[in-house]
Amino acid sequence: MRINGPKPASAAARLPKCPTGIQGLDEITSGGLPRGRPTLVCGGTGCGKTLLAVEFLVRGAKQFGEPGVFMSFEETFAELKSNVASLGFDLGGLVRRKKIVLDHVYIERSEITETGEYDLEGLFVRLNHAIDSIGARRVVLDTLEALFAGLPNEAILRAELRRLFRWLKDKGVTAVITAERGREQLTRHGLEEYVSDCVILLDHRVNEQIATRHLRVVKYRGALHGTNEFPFLIGEEGLSVLPITSLGLNHKVSSVRISTGIPRLDAMLGGRGFFHGSSILLTGTPGTGKTSVAAHFAQAAARRGERALFFSFEESPNQIIRNMRSIGLRLEPLVQGGLLRFHAARPTLCGLEMHLATMFREIAAFQPAVVIVDPITSLLTAGTDSETKGMVTRLIDFLKGGQVTSFFTSLTHGGHALQQSEIAMSSLMDSWLLLQDFEGNGERNRVLYVLKARGMAHSNQVREFLISNRGIDLVDAYIGPSGVLTGASRVAQTARERAEALGSQQEAGRRKRELERKRAALERQIGGLRSEHEASAEELRRIDEQAGTQMRLLTRERTELGRLRQADGAVAASARGNTKPKSKR
Amino acid sequence: MKTRTVKRGESGSHRRPARLWQLRLYVAGQTPKSLTAFSNLKKICEDHLKGRYRIEVLDLLEQPQLSKGDQILAIPTLVRKLPQPVRKIIGDLSNTERVLVGLDLRPAD
Repeated sequence: MRINGPKPASAAARLPKCPTGIQGLDEITSGGLPRGRPTLVCGGTGCGKTLLAVEFLVRGAKQFGEPGVFMSFEETFAELKSNVASLGFDLGGLVRRKKIVLDHVYIERSEITETGEYDLEGLFVRLNHAIDSIGARRVVLDTLEALFAGLPNEAILRAELRRLFRWLKDKGVTAVITAERGREQLTRHGLEEYVSDCVILLDHRVNEQIATRHLRVVKYRGALHGTNEFPFLIGEEGLSVLPITSLGLNHKVSSVRISTGIPRLDAMLGGRGFFHGSSILLTGTPGTGKTSVAAHFAQAAARRGERALFFSFEESPNQIIRNMRSIGLRLEPLVQGGLLRFHAARPTLCGLEMHLATMFREIAAFQPAVVIVDPITSLLTAGTDSETKGMVTRLIDFLKGGQVTSFFTSLTHGGHALQQSEIAMSSLMDSWLLLQDFEGNGERNRVLYVLKARGMAHSNQVREFLISNRGIDLVDAYIGPSGVLTGASRVAQTARERAEALGSQQEAGRRKRELERKRAALERQIGGLRSEHEASAEELRRIDEQAGTQMRLLTRERTELGRLRQADGAVAASARGNTKPKSKR
Repeated sequence: MKTRTVKRGESGSHRRPARLWQLRLYVAGQTPKSLTAFSNLKKICEDHLKGRYRIEVLDLLEQPQLSKGDQILAIPTLVRKLPQPVRKIIGDLSNTERVLVGLDLRPAD
């Protein structure tokens, strides 16, 4: 995929440019090399000078219809042809079709004796002939410095080189001249003093055992150019200079939202999930379920009918498929249906640049809507901090430029302190989810937060993150007086609360019953008292009765006694007047 | 200067016909350096190789494709085609000593 569009018209208007067709280089130079002028490409051994030059010619011939001449002072035609065949360049075919002329200039100092004044007109004639034979617009002189080794008189050589560059300009060809990097100057023999228009420096550095190639436009007269050092790589399709598009920050944005595949997570993200084309970072300690979340996201994309590309740097595709089956995700049909593709590689397989190149190539080939990198941290170990940040920036830029939603998982080590690299990386991300372990009460539980989500109202709540055989679920964590509780303690706490509620309900019942019992007892007591009261009244009545009877008996006895004792007794009794009833009886 | 073949030495009448020296002088137009080189060469040949040399003067302006064959960069260049091995001498041949060494007519000191 050629991401690079045509160069901006304004830049082309200022200074005519000659597009190299090399991925990224035309962006850095905003359009290409200065047209009709020589460009010096310098660098140490094995930097890719020759490859850059060959690609300049091949792309010129194939893409821009500009034939070219390759004048090699080092490699023979056969060597050159086989060297670049691995990059997919068919030099032989281009030569047969008269698009490219290859001329190998062979100089052997031991065969040459210098016997007086000379000039390099032979070289000029030769070059001129080659250019005219196919109407070449581009010329490469691969390591002119071989002349310094081959020709004894440096004074003549320098004068002739000056003439050569002027001649090239007059000829109106766009030339690339390669030169070895010197110790104190850009080139070993100071060629930069002749080429004043454009100088590109290539570099091959080994940092922590990982080699990275860099390209820098040292000088570009009369044109804006990126002055930074840009990593570049030599892939199967030639050179690609990174960044692809990262000189600007003007991606198109989408307000389309896409589901995360986890309904509760969508709910946390303003109810509708991530933005289409945004970048998402999911950090978590080991075993928190990062891959599972990523797989849900991939599955959701595939279910929408979008293609998802899953870069795995830890597990093989089959392992992921098997593991996800255990949580209820069936990824095989999606893979078979061509909606989901896995690309697994060991991070240590190659350097960062190669990984990046592979990823670019895969993305270009598969054209996914969603890209998952699991985990990005594995890649980070393959380079230094600044490199990896640069790489992630480029990757995100590349993906955003293509409106691809990117989902990166990131492994963090335990504890709450965030790693420095994460902080650096997080600023590139639109959304940041955090998975964390909570340890306590003899168990570990996962919780999920949304740390940031640019452009959407997101939940600030902690959710407990559950993985079951039906997939991922998010549950409200218990937040109460004793803090945030998850897992068994959440369950325990809920149970405790339920028990407490039940207890108090039971307590109330018990108290009610007790009161009722008390009331019944009182009632009973009242009944007792009443019957006692009645009994007393009865008693009282009986006592009264008894008293009356006794009185009567007494009276009767007394009357009897009186009767027995004479009549006066009767008189006395009648005088009291109360003996009559008794007498009646 | 036209491309021409200059034959010297009335071939056949020679004691060592096997040792015929075949020399090529590459020039690019009639520049002073080319003319000097040609006259120097002629003189050296007359002095040292009389009767057993042949000089070919090739003008690259007329036949530019020839420059590839003998790997010509510098002008003027004298190429000793025969006897083998091929030798190349660049410059206007004004340094006779070095020309003789270059042509193997005199061992280097």
